[in-house]
Amino acid sequence: MIVELGHYALVLALAIAFIGTVLPLWGVKTHDAALMRMAPSASLVLFGLVALSYVALTKAYLDSDFSVLNVIENSHSAKPLMYRISGVWSNHEGSMLLWVLILALFSGLLAWFGRGMPQRLFAAVLAVQSSIAAAFILFLLAASNPFTRVTPAPMEGRGLNPLLQDPGLAIHPPLLYVGYVGCSVAFSFAIGALITGRIDAAWARFVRPWTLIAWCFLTLGIAMGSYWAYYELGWGGWWFWDPVENASLMPWLVATALIHSTVVMEKRDSLKVWTVLLSILTFSLSLVGTFLVRSGVLTSVHAFAVDPERGLFILGILIVFIGGSLTLFAWRAPLLKQGGIFAPVSREGALVLNNLFLAAATAAVFIGTLYPLALEALTGAKISVGAPFFDATFLPLMLPLAFILPFGQALAWKRGDLLGVAQRLATALGLSVVITMIVYAATWGGPVLAPLGIGLGFWLIFGSIADIMMRAKGNGVAFTVAIKRAVGLPLSIWGSTLAHMGVGVSMIGVACTAWGIEKIVEMKPGETVQVGRFDVKLEGAGLRNGPDYRENFARFIVIDGDRVVGALEPGKRVFTGRTMPTSEAALLTRGLGQVYASVGDVNPQGQIAARLYWKPWVLFIWIGAVIMALGGFFSVLDRRARIAAAVRARLPRVVAAE
Amino acid sequence: MTRKGRRLAMIGAVAVVLGIAASLVLFAMRDSIVFFYGPTEITQKNIAPGTRFRVGGLVENGSVVKSAGQNVSFSVTDGNQTVKVAYRGQLPDLFREGQGVVAEGVLTAPGQFKADSVLAKHDENYMPKEVADTLKKQGHWQEGQKGEAKK
Repeated sequence: MIVELGHYALVLALAIAFIGTVLPLWGVKTHDAALMRMAPSASLVLFGLVALSYVALTKAYLDSDFSVLNVIENSHSAKPLMYRISGVWSNHEGSMLLWVLILALFSGLLAWFGRGMPQRLFAAVLAVQSSIAAAFILFLLAASNPFTRVTPAPMEGRGLNPLLQDPGLAIHPPLLYVGYVGCSVAFSFAIGALITGRIDAAWARFVRPWTLIAWCFLTLGIAMGSYWAYYELGWGGWWFWDPVENASLMPWLVATALIHSTVVMEKRDSLKVWTVLLSILTFSLSLVGTFLVRSGVLTSVHAFAVDPERGLFILGILIVFIGGSLTLFAWRAPLLKQGGIFAPVSREGALVLNNLFLAAATAAVFIGTLYPLALEALTGAKISVGAPFFDATFLPLMLPLAFILPFGQALAWKRGDLLGVAQRLATALGLSVVITMIVYAATWGGPVLAPLGIGLGFWLIFGSIADIMMRAKGNGVAFTVAIKRAVGLPLSIWGSTLAHMGVGVSMIGVACTAWGIEKIVEMKPGETVQVGRFDVKLEGAGLRNGPDYRENFARFIVIDGDRVVGALEPGKRVFTGRTMPTSEAALLTRGLGQVYASVGDVNPQGQIAARLYWKPWVLFIWIGAVIMALGGFFSVLDRRARIAAAVRARLPRVVAAE
Repeated sequence: MTRKGRRLAMIGAVAVVLGIAASLVLFAMRDSIVFFYGPTEITQKNIAPGTRFRVGGLVENGSVVKSAGQNVSFSVTDGNQTVKVAYRGQLPDLFREGQGVVAEGVLTAPGQFKADSVLAKHDENYMPKEVADTLKKQGHWQEGQKGEAKK
């Protein structure tokens, strides 16, 4: 019954989404305020219905209702509670429902918080949001219905894919989806601007917080996915340039460009058309990502062989939205009022460079990801484009960007003084060069590029600190005054500083992987292997039972000098209802580095195959990402205050005087 | 700087960055792309030893030999031809005889392949797409083998 209720709510949501698209748009066209006012109500109702539908599916999972096909395929009565809740999005149908739920949530939030916006833009934006929701709800109902029933119902489900049986499942997909789907808001704003034909600095102020929120979640989602792959797959790597990863990286890169270009638009009323294009591209790439992951067109270490019908359906949605929006852009963008052209040496000039590099890097990733697909479709030849391609294209575009970043951050708007900025950044630059030299000297004969990466990372961190210090200190004021001023700086300044420092921290972490140590060995109990500065001793192996799995595990102890610093228990698990084992890597964190172990089979001589790694400073990679996201959230908070101020300023004076 | 100068500077910057990006992509395309072949294609196309590529097919039943030091050898077949693959290291969890596999490495001699990676898959039912296509081409594919896996 509840399942049918959920199904019905979803059908109703489709109708509401359709109404919420057509009527407000008609209102925008005919300047009918009553029709336009329907948009927020429709969005709120839509959210309610989709939420109801989602809760119904979750309830089916909680009750282990094995008359629902989706629950049979992905659940098991022995499954712990956490995986029943997160199991909902562990599969194609459920994750698409989550996608729609988040979309509806964003529409609802927009309907609630966007009331101060110009009415026509507001109605158009919500209508575009509803049209996206309509397309995806239609996709759910027509091609991937999570509420399909089965008779007779089996006694037991097939269980969750063991690789997904991990806390990462509870965190990674929702974060990533909030990021992906959050990009839809900027898209809707862009289409709204094209429809209404008006765009100004205020538009940028409305778009920016939403894009920032999406960007923060995308950052965290990608980082979480990377960490999950790192410890779950047992290969010791943290980024594989896999198409599925690239699918999330591309929207992130464009979104990064977008949050920078909206600043230019807000402050200098320029780069308007470009910003609109970026908004369209960000969400388009999110859709491409959804298509790549959900359609099974690309080969990947993530195995995706889904129904071709679904792939075609998503491709259809893709063509309508991307093709439609770009056509609209080509038609309407020339009507938008252009801003002025500005001096090359200025903050806005530097931000244009940032956008150029990010766009070029996105293009490189895009080509590397989709070229094999195009080639196979055209000639039948099968190729794979892997890490070497991306190392040779992506990195050379990112490193110069990192180098110019602190300069750009310190330049003034309108007319910057590059020489003056260079003088003020001299200490930061000098320190970074010294650090690079020291690292080179200390690791002479080791990796060549890695010390340079570390130097660049420190340059970003010191450059950001120097920027804050310059803003706080001004012309040599007292220390206490400087501190007070630093604390009083707008949150957005702290936000961008933090985010840039985060990039530096991640960069240092990535560079340090060059000094990682990998040992592939076969060991008998009692044997010891040296991994970096640690001795790893195999104590023994055994068999144990978990709630819904059996695990062959090995126990290693890690010795640093002559002191035991911890134990590692990697294993291979076989889950109930599945036949294949999965590896469980074990991690021991020492400082910011990790000792990493995964085990394979036991050979006829009784030796256990093992992979042992020492990964110095590896945690910096993800800590940096968290700092970036934190910086983004700081900026969001600041913007909200700013919008409120703008609204207050419009109120009559009498109110302000009270 | 004049308005014209500013515009030129902007266009120049765009041209330079895009030019760099395009040349990097073209350069990398030439050097770092790996082709995929089935065992039959390797003989048909007369691929020279030393070429780096990916080979895929089914692990032939009874062909897996594990020896000391994590050295493994196995045969990859598409039903018509086989290639012997030598690999050192831990095999993926889902590696089994009779199952699909993709290995990347270098052809050392005709019919001899030295792999430096053997690809793992996410799900037990999954058949790598290239492998399925290879088997289809050689007429050894039964419908209904389609697997499903998601992230």
